[in-house]
Amino acid sequence: MTSNKKDPVLVVLQMSGAYDALNTIIPYNDPLYEDYRQVLKVEPEQVLAIDDKVGFHPSMAPMKDLYDQGKVAVIQGIGYPNPIRSHFRSMDIWHTAEPAKMATEGWLGRAINELDPQKENVLTAVNFGRGLPRALAAPGVSVASVGNLETYGVLTGIEGEDQRTEALDIFARMYSPMVGSGHANDYLSQTGLDALKGADILSTAPQRYSSTVEYNGDAFSQWVKNISQVHLADFGTRILYTGLNPGAFDTHANQSTAFPKLWSEVSNAVSDFYQDLKEHNANEEVVILLFTEFGRRVQENGSGTDHGSGSVAFVMGDSVKGGLYGEYPSLAPEKLDEGDLQWNNDFRCTYATLLDKWMGLDDKDILKGSFEQFDFIK
Amino acid sequence: MVDQQDGHDIALMAHLMRRAGFGAQYHELEALAEKGYDQVVEELLNPDSQPDGMDLDLTERCFIEWSHFTRGVPEYFAWRMINSKRQLEEKMLLFWHGILCTADSKVQSYPTSYDELEMFRSHGMGSLKDMLLEISRDPAMLYYLDNCLSHKGAINENYGRELLELFSLGVGMDGEFNYTEDDVKECSRAFTGWTLANNVPGQPYGRYSAKFLFNPDDHDNGEKTFLGETGNFDGEDIINIIVKQPAAARFLSRHLYDYFVADEAQVPAWMDTPPRDPGTIKMLEDEYFRSGYSIRSMLRVLFHSDAFKNARFAKVKSPVETVMGTMRLIGDWNEPKPGFEFIFDEMKYMGQELFNPPSVEGWHTGREWIDGGTLVHRINFTADFVGDVNQPGVKDMVDRIASRGPVVTGEELVDDCLRFLGHYELPAETRRMFANQAQEAGELRTGSSDFPGRVCDILKMIVATKEYLYA
Repeated sequence: MTSNKKDPVLVVLQMSGAYDALNTIIPYNDPLYEDYRQVLKVEPEQVLAIDDKVGFHPSMAPMKDLYDQGKVAVIQGIGYPNPIRSHFRSMDIWHTAEPAKMATEGWLGRAINELDPQKENVLTAVNFGRGLPRALAAPGVSVASVGNLETYGVLTGIEGEDQRTEALDIFARMYSPMVGSGHANDYLSQTGLDALKGADILSTAPQRYSSTVEYNGDAFSQWVKNISQVHLADFGTRILYTGLNPGAFDTHANQSTAFPKLWSEVSNAVSDFYQDLKEHNANEEVVILLFTEFGRRVQENGSGTDHGSGSVAFVMGDSVKGGLYGEYPSLAPEKLDEGDLQWNNDFRCTYATLLDKWMGLDDKDILKGSFEQFDFIK
Repeated sequence: MVDQQDGHDIALMAHLMRRAGFGAQYHELEALAEKGYDQVVEELLNPDSQPDGMDLDLTERCFIEWSHFTRGVPEYFAWRMINSKRQLEEKMLLFWHGILCTADSKVQSYPTSYDELEMFRSHGMGSLKDMLLEISRDPAMLYYLDNCLSHKGAINENYGRELLELFSLGVGMDGEFNYTEDDVKECSRAFTGWTLANNVPGQPYGRYSAKFLFNPDDHDNGEKTFLGETGNFDGEDIINIIVKQPAAARFLSRHLYDYFVADEAQVPAWMDTPPRDPGTIKMLEDEYFRSGYSIRSMLRVLFHSDAFKNARFAKVKSPVETVMGTMRLIGDWNEPKPGFEFIFDEMKYMGQELFNPPSVEGWHTGREWIDGGTLVHRINFTADFVGDVNQPGVKDMVDRIASRGPVVTGEELVDDCLRFLGHYELPAETRRMFANQAQEAGELRTGSSDFPGRVCDILKMIVATKEYLYA
């Protein structure tokens, strides 16, 4: 790494609800696809073809453009052993990188610990949205979690600069951790102190930002814009996280209406973000991971799809070697896993690649095991 | 001044009303303590025994947008939580809304969601069997979890799965699975034909709620094997089998404990994480079977248990509890006036949007309510309202403190504020800092014009403490 190169930054976009992998990267030339998907099939001429086998859903044109520029790695057939078709448990598994047992520490929480072991920067990781995803949680790790970047601050209702300074001083002292006060109390103490520090710094980001890129008005696009604002403000933030509102992609019914709208919002936001980074000459320092908790059932249920297993994820950015990774799971009935796409690469292989090859962290320590890496990082 | 015994009774009453309701002002606590704990518990458990104390007819005339949707808006339910005298009834409605989850983001019909929440109110303390039957026939649920799209020969297992996983049994208990994938499929088959009629989106046409409809032609009449029993089961048979399971007793008991007593592990961890207080859970499980699945009976046992009475400040307040509790404490919104809708947004920004739980799993509770963003929002909101001397409840606190005499000490002022906020307790060091801060601008003369403002400054600091995050 040369001295003038910026530290690598990871942006994680969580698509809650489980998008339908089969209609995201579509095996449009497989006759079985049409058999399974009488209602929901996308006609071959509408698919944004990658090669003669697979292509993007037509609503994902902005992401297809990035793919054509060689900036998108498509991780086909991603999953984990003994797939579970519960949203919550499955998302927990992706968050904790621990498929075999219940865990509470997030994989990125552990990464933050390695990035900033002395806890010198309360903004090493920033989340945008309602509530903190478990992926970012680990004992002693504080992550700023911001619903609205424009109005973020503590005790903003106390008037008078002296009074507020004094109140904040007392606030800092009363949130100082006390010995033996218990786990939950320690957590609240740290959260309070870090919120106080983080808010002061974060509140300056919007003023420091200017861009010709106009993001869409939906909540997800605005949070992606906030990610850009915070990244471009140079606070030393290394991990930025946001997602769609929970459950959005859970298309048990009426998938043909909801699904294209969501992918259109998401792929536009991704593309706007990339253009924004480029405009600020920051496109080489960011890699994006976009994932969902599982795939959906191969056989449609009428107007939607039920919970499945094997899925597809995306890794995007200038430092990514674009292309197809993993194998597209077979649609042959005997190759399906209880009616679902059979996964063929463990999601922790993608995590390991991002941690080791991109972030320069100890993937084996963070993931508590050794996983074969892809070569999608340049 | 209250004597020691009264002080204890009022502190216990403050605890009961924070848990079995959305908190109360000090004068209400005094009156309830006078009545006695046992009688107050019985009144809470039997809401029909007393009037709800609300003039809803007048309210609707002021909030015309409510009657427009036949009361079916989140603000209507927020209004009831603040104003109903039958506090436990509203608290149980919120309990079930957080477990048997549907979300307006999908249902998109306030009249349909309204019917569901009214059902939670009428059945909230009845038998679990009735509740599961009602929710299985509930149009919002039939649509939310797609049972209306589950057909004979082509099941949609969304409802069948969540009924077992999230509504009645849980994935597992004591390290063992409670059901198999086959049970999910058989359960889903039994509910085929349970569908709905008149499902019209709320905007622009749907002023009427959807209705439950049983379609015998679409019901799978074949033999089913569910949790070891075999027969030609329909949905009601399935529920009869579910409620007999020890896992159902455990599941409901843990939920009641988590909601009323102390923060438990989150639901997905229950299979492998034993209850925090196995003795109390066992007591609730026993009462569940003894009473024939009566939620009211379980609650009675719970409120009289030492575990409950000794669990003061063992729960992080939810955003709804925070916002409703603040409004009840300051005495705002006892009467209709413009601008009520913001209350709904405040809860949303703190991480809990009525009518829109984040997923079918409901809201994660306990310390998971608190992160950098929600903590900041919660503190700012509470400080802004509790620190507003124009609010009647705040003015009452100021007057009570002033009635001590012409001058009060910093300690007296801090202790009084803590008491009137509901007998909160602070570490000695924090209490000392506040007492010093209270006296910083000189002697605290209760007749002076800056006295109310100085009380409010201390109230703002107290509600910003870690201790005040708990109920």
